[in-house]
Amino acid sequence: MAATDVDVFSNEEKRNLTLGGHVGFDSLPDQLVSKSVTQGFCFNILCVGETGIGKSTLMNTLFNTMFENEEASHYQNGVYLRPRTYDLKESNVHLKLTIVDSVGFGDQINKEDSYKPIVDYIDTQFENYLQEELKIKRSLFNYHDTRIHICLYFIAPTGHSLKSLDLVTMKKLDSKVSIIPIIAKADTISKSELHKFKIKIMSELVSNGVQIYQFPTDDETVSEINASMNAHLPFAVVGSLEEVKVGNKTVRARQYPWGVVQVENESHCDFVKLREMLIRVNMEDLREQTHARHYELYRRCKLEEMGFKDTDPDSQPFSLQETYEAKRKEFLGDLQRKEEEMRQMFVNKVKETEAELKEKERDLHDKFEQLKRMHQEEKRKVEEKRRDLEEEMNAFNRKKVAAETLSLSQPLKKDKDKKN
Amino acid sequence: MFIYGPQQQKNLEGYVGFANLPNQVYRKSVKRGFEFTLMVVGESGLGKSTLINSLFLTDLYSTEYPGPSHRIKKTVEVEQSKVLVKEGGVHLLLTIVDTPGFGDAVDNSNCWQPVIDHIDSKFEDYLNAESRVNRRQMPDNRVHCCLYFIAPSGHGLKPLDIEFMKRLHEKVNIIPLIAKADTMTPEECQQFKKQIMKEIQEHKIKIYEFLETDDEEEMKMIRKIKDRLPLAVVGSNTIIEVNGKPVRGRQYPWGVAEVENGEHCDFTILRNMLIRTHMQDLKDVTNNVHYENYRSKKLAAVTYNGVDNNKNKGQLTKSPLAQMEEERRDHVAKMKKMEQEMEQVFEMKVKEKLQKLRDSEAELQRRHEQMKKNLEAQHKELEEKRRHLEEEKGSWEAQQRILEQQKLDASRTLEKNKKKKIF
Repeated sequence: MAATDVDVFSNEEKRNLTLGGHVGFDSLPDQLVSKSVTQGFCFNILCVGETGIGKSTLMNTLFNTMFENEEASHYQNGVYLRPRTYDLKESNVHLKLTIVDSVGFGDQINKEDSYKPIVDYIDTQFENYLQEELKIKRSLFNYHDTRIHICLYFIAPTGHSLKSLDLVTMKKLDSKVSIIPIIAKADTISKSELHKFKIKIMSELVSNGVQIYQFPTDDETVSEINASMNAHLPFAVVGSLEEVKVGNKTVRARQYPWGVVQVENESHCDFVKLREMLIRVNMEDLREQTHARHYELYRRCKLEEMGFKDTDPDSQPFSLQETYEAKRKEFLGDLQRKEEEMRQMFVNKVKETEAELKEKERDLHDKFEQLKRMHQEEKRKVEEKRRDLEEEMNAFNRKKVAAETLSLSQPLKKDKDKKN
Repeated sequence: MFIYGPQQQKNLEGYVGFANLPNQVYRKSVKRGFEFTLMVVGESGLGKSTLINSLFLTDLYSTEYPGPSHRIKKTVEVEQSKVLVKEGGVHLLLTIVDTPGFGDAVDNSNCWQPVIDHIDSKFEDYLNAESRVNRRQMPDNRVHCCLYFIAPSGHGLKPLDIEFMKRLHEKVNIIPLIAKADTMTPEECQQFKKQIMKEIQEHKIKIYEFLETDDEEEMKMIRKIKDRLPLAVVGSNTIIEVNGKPVRGRQYPWGVAEVENGEHCDFTILRNMLIRTHMQDLKDVTNNVHYENYRSKKLAAVTYNGVDNNKNKGQLTKSPLAQMEEERRDHVAKMKKMEQEMEQVFEMKVKEKLQKLRDSEAELQRRHEQMKKNLEAQHKELEEKRRHLEEEKGSWEAQQRILEQQKLDASRTLEKNKKKKIF
């Protein structure tokens, strides 16, 4: 016996003991069940199919109730998803049923992006759950689970093959949700055509690698029925809330001039099989699949995207604390780096502008020097001119004076002459 | 984006079949199997192993696997034994955690620490498993219930009892038991129980709570349990014949104390509550309350490592990643503001400088203009003066020429006169 706990299951010694009487823990499943009944159940169905293919009618028929539905128009701009939640009760079981309708699917001329709103919706529900799961203070046990548990894909009863829109859409959805393909309005196909149609559809799905939901065969109590139902996929269904009298019974049916198609007659359509599989036998398994497979896949991708890993480069497992601390360090480093970058950018900007301004200053200075020189030059010229002028004036004055002096002496001579 | 309308109540017009859901859940849970971890804490000799054996009607503790009191330890250690038991098709992996050495030393300070460490380490394991990127089916090894054995002194709780329960009541579901209840008379037992419950309330110890339900039957049972808390138990490994029937009991000269007799002790109540009705709830409370408590404390410490804790009281609804996102956003906003401010200052300074340069240039231009004008004026002045000079010169020279002419004329006349005079 180790003093410290070695908690790897296989290493720990587990003894098988026999009980000497009735202890009573065989009530554990009942305790669990009563707990979940008190909490209530949640189930979310996504219906994907062209407008008018019979999605709402089928839902009404499946759940024996008239859910509010206006007839959808064919003129939607794009595909959008409309979820509606209903509180249903049967015996003591409460079911919060959400039906999500793909409005406008298949109506557009260009259907390339038709699948996108559907995928986005499914991802959003996963994301919301993931966010709740990651919160510090969380309340998962009373979280309204909106993740899609099943996608019923309605195939048009052409009798030939799947449309390319169908293949594209199902391929995009098969890793995100459990898909049960359904042939809608099956009362427009004859039995032999239907048989060929089903085979064609299944082989196309297989050859295109589309994964549809397989009813589980691991539990002996239900493996037989599930296995046989798997062989009837896709289910060819007819929906109707109208009641018609057949014989001495009133049944749900569609009345034609040539006969009455009974919804719950297994030789007329697969409605009963669908209801059996979807609701009565495998509802819980669908919920489990969504949580344990599809959601886990989404979560794993999301976390890996965010840079989380389970082991560090040396293959040592990370503890939660280490992971978060590493993330935080990275994050803080990132912030610091950004700050540094910004500061650096500013420093550079300032340097650049300083250099520019200095250039400008220098230019101005040069200009100033040049002008100064020009002025000096001009001034000098003016001075020269002035000096010249002055000299001329002096010269002229001297001349004048000389002339004066001369003229003063000259009249004496004349007088002298006159005297003679 | 996706708006959920108000939920609508719908009445079904026929049998749909989802009432079968509970059966589906039942089926799957049986297939999965169950696990439960029970911890027993108390001083040696209080009958812990005997009680476990009695509870599960099996020799969990035997001579090969001795109970805690037989394993003499110098210090308190925490050990577990795992057993697989089957009943009615239901598999249960039962883990019993015991603490040999608890309360047996002379100085028992901190003897609860190994217990706390053990519980925390199980929470830690679960948290790490839950937080992995690749998650597999996680085994639930967390401690779901702790049976705390109180010595039947008849007086009240010991300081060690109070200390232990105070430290662990927010980590695990504590169910306090009065051990060896056959040493007290019913009246003594009543007194003792009252005293203990009073002290538990005084010290604000939160023992495992039995919640009220809507079910009448269940409520009756729950009220009965609540009246008898803490449960006084007797255990036994021996089967004795009483009135021709084999019962588990303790043989005394004065009679047989029967384990499963409701008038002798509360064992049946404990067993029914622990195993038959509340086992699942104990697991749920551990998961939804104690584990979440641990987890949020742990994550808050990781997220707010180094950040002021006062701001964080209202922010615990976020995940650490969301917290980082918000911090990032704040930082971006802060940087933007800083950038803006720096830009502003920068622009202002540049504008100033440029303005100065422009002013200098203007000034320069002005002075240049002025000087030019000045020089031009001087030029003009000189031109004037020159013109004057030229004029003066011109007129003076003209005058001189006249004088010259006159002089010439005069001398010629003289010459003429001279010639006349001679004849």
